[in-house]
Amino acid sequence: MTSADPMNPPLIELRNVSKRYNIGQPTEAEVLHGVSLQVEPGEFVALIGPSGSGKSTLLNILGLLEPLSGGSYRLQGEEVSGLDDAHLTLKRHRALGFVFQFHHLLPAFTALENVTLPALMREGRVSPAQDRHARALLADMGLGEAFQKKPGELSGGMQQRVAIARALMMQPPLVLADEPTGNLDMHTSDEVFTLLRAIHAARRTSFLIVTHDPRLAARCDRVIELVDGRIRQDGQSPAT
Amino acid sequence: MAAWLGFEGRVAVRFLREGRFQTLLIIVGVAAGVAVVAYISALIVGLQRNTLSKTLGAQAHVTLRPLDDEVLSARLPDAPGTQALVQTQARSQRPRSIANWQQIVPVLEALPGVSAVSPMVSAAGLGLRGDGARAIALMGVELARYDRIVQLRSKVVAGEARLGPGEAIIGRELARDLGLSVGDRISVVLGSGGRTVSESLRVTALVDLGVRDLNRRTVYLPLRSAQSLVGLPGGATSLDITLRDVWQAKDLARELSGRWPYDVESWQEANAQLVSALNAQSVSTSLIRSVVMIVVVLGIASVLVVSVVQKQREIGILRAMGCTRGQILRVFLLQGALVGAFGSLLGVLLASALIWVFTSFVRGADGLPLFAITLQPLLAAQISVIATCCGVLAAIAPARRAAALDPAQAIRT
Repeated sequence: MTSADPMNPPLIELRNVSKRYNIGQPTEAEVLHGVSLQVEPGEFVALIGPSGSGKSTLLNILGLLEPLSGGSYRLQGEEVSGLDDAHLTLKRHRALGFVFQFHHLLPAFTALENVTLPALMREGRVSPAQDRHARALLADMGLGEAFQKKPGELSGGMQQRVAIARALMMQPPLVLADEPTGNLDMHTSDEVFTLLRAIHAARRTSFLIVTHDPRLAARCDRVIELVDGRIRQDGQSPAT
Repeated sequence: MAAWLGFEGRVAVRFLREGRFQTLLIIVGVAAGVAVVAYISALIVGLQRNTLSKTLGAQAHVTLRPLDDEVLSARLPDAPGTQALVQTQARSQRPRSIANWQQIVPVLEALPGVSAVSPMVSAAGLGLRGDGARAIALMGVELARYDRIVQLRSKVVAGEARLGPGEAIIGRELARDLGLSVGDRISVVLGSGGRTVSESLRVTALVDLGVRDLNRRTVYLPLRSAQSLVGLPGGATSLDITLRDVWQAKDLARELSGRWPYDVESWQEANAQLVSALNAQSVSTSLIRSVVMIVVVLGIASVLVVSVVQKQREIGILRAMGCTRGQILRVFLLQGALVGAFGSLLGVLLASALIWVFTSFVRGADGLPLFAITLQPLLAAQISVIATCCGVLAAIAPARRAAALDPAQAIRT
């Protein structure tokens, strides 16, 4: 899989990526074997597979949280596999948003502060425009009344919506979501997923969502199935 | 949240506020350490200042005297095969004047650091009144000059300090021993060169020199009277020098000894044991301060290490969001600095309270406070800065550990 148009490179382009742990030790294990995939801007992709198939590892590699052991990874057309920590950090800040399974909000900060953290991190202050943007995001998530609430005062679904708002704060081209509904009941899970689709429809932000839930995977535009560290299937969702 | 704090400041403050009890404990720990250091420092400074002021209250910082008379051994003719055994006996020292002291005084006064110079004629004698007799130390001085050496006027407990012809100021205990009051007369008798001379002096004031032994034998009289009594017209047996900084005395004494053929003695040489004791005190205080500060550093470090472990996931999230290693490092260094700064503030307040308790409730046998202790703002500021630096120092290892965390692993925990 290669990009046809060098002026409009794919958002993500993995070529023959492998990942090994404990290299040189008796416990050495290869988790990903020659994974190649491409995600275009504006895609809504589900990454599915059984436990231990390497989904989280792949997501960490895509999120620049773990280095790959072999192959090539181009993000927005730029090779990132050899970048140092400082450049990876900058790239994460500019190009990626994260939503984790367990919300992972900072409990000492209010919902609004959690959302504005990426802006604060970059500039040391939150501008009035950024503050308005964060409030608008929270309002879009249906959290107009919860700006000043701490995560402990919010339900699981609300916390996950705050996390989504935080992921969107810097308007990244790609949001990586690791089981974003894995910790929610079915009703809340549906609500959150509907919200993700609405955001995608409104902003054309790309989403790559790791999920165990075939119902939710079916609501994505494209489904990539990973089994034993290899892509078994990559195609359009049967529902689309 | 205050806008001026920036990202690191806000996260550091929130992390500290989140671990409220833990933070409070370590701040109290730092405060206790700072309070001990500040209190002990103030106590030792007060004690040393009190000891010095008592010691130097009645003596000059540097004293310049003529060299002692030396007895030279007789030169024996060298005869082959003979061995000479020579024994010399030290001669008694007669009062001798410093040659050209009138010219030396302005030179000394012009030296940097010298605040006063006063000539003196001193001798031992007897003080008599009626049937009473006491051994006395006669000190002939010019009151105006001598007052700048030992602040004699401030030590007057009765009468008015005045040294006109035929007048004397005497120690309080001597007055009691001889039954003297202000206005009474005392006869002073000196033996010099096989003759005995005496003079009757009217007591104008009684002084308390701070040392009972000095009060028991000191008699001040005009310089001219002393010169004629001792038989040194126009002479001075010593020059007393007072400095603005007492600790410069040794250096000045060394410099003057090298420059002139006089016996120059600093107060440190005259009170060698006291100086040793003061040094021992200072060393002990420094040791105690160092140990306490090490304990403070270890306390802060241990709490921050625990905090890093507790905050591992948050650190991972922040790193995933694009927080740099440097920012994480600064968050934890700031926590150390904040704990150190708040602990210092509280510690200084605590030390001030302890000092107030000491000065208010600890009294000597006479019911008066033992000595004055104050926590100087400069000392408090120095200790606070050191404690804050210790906080940062203590945070280095935990901060490096936090900054080095692998974000993927940290999020998984």
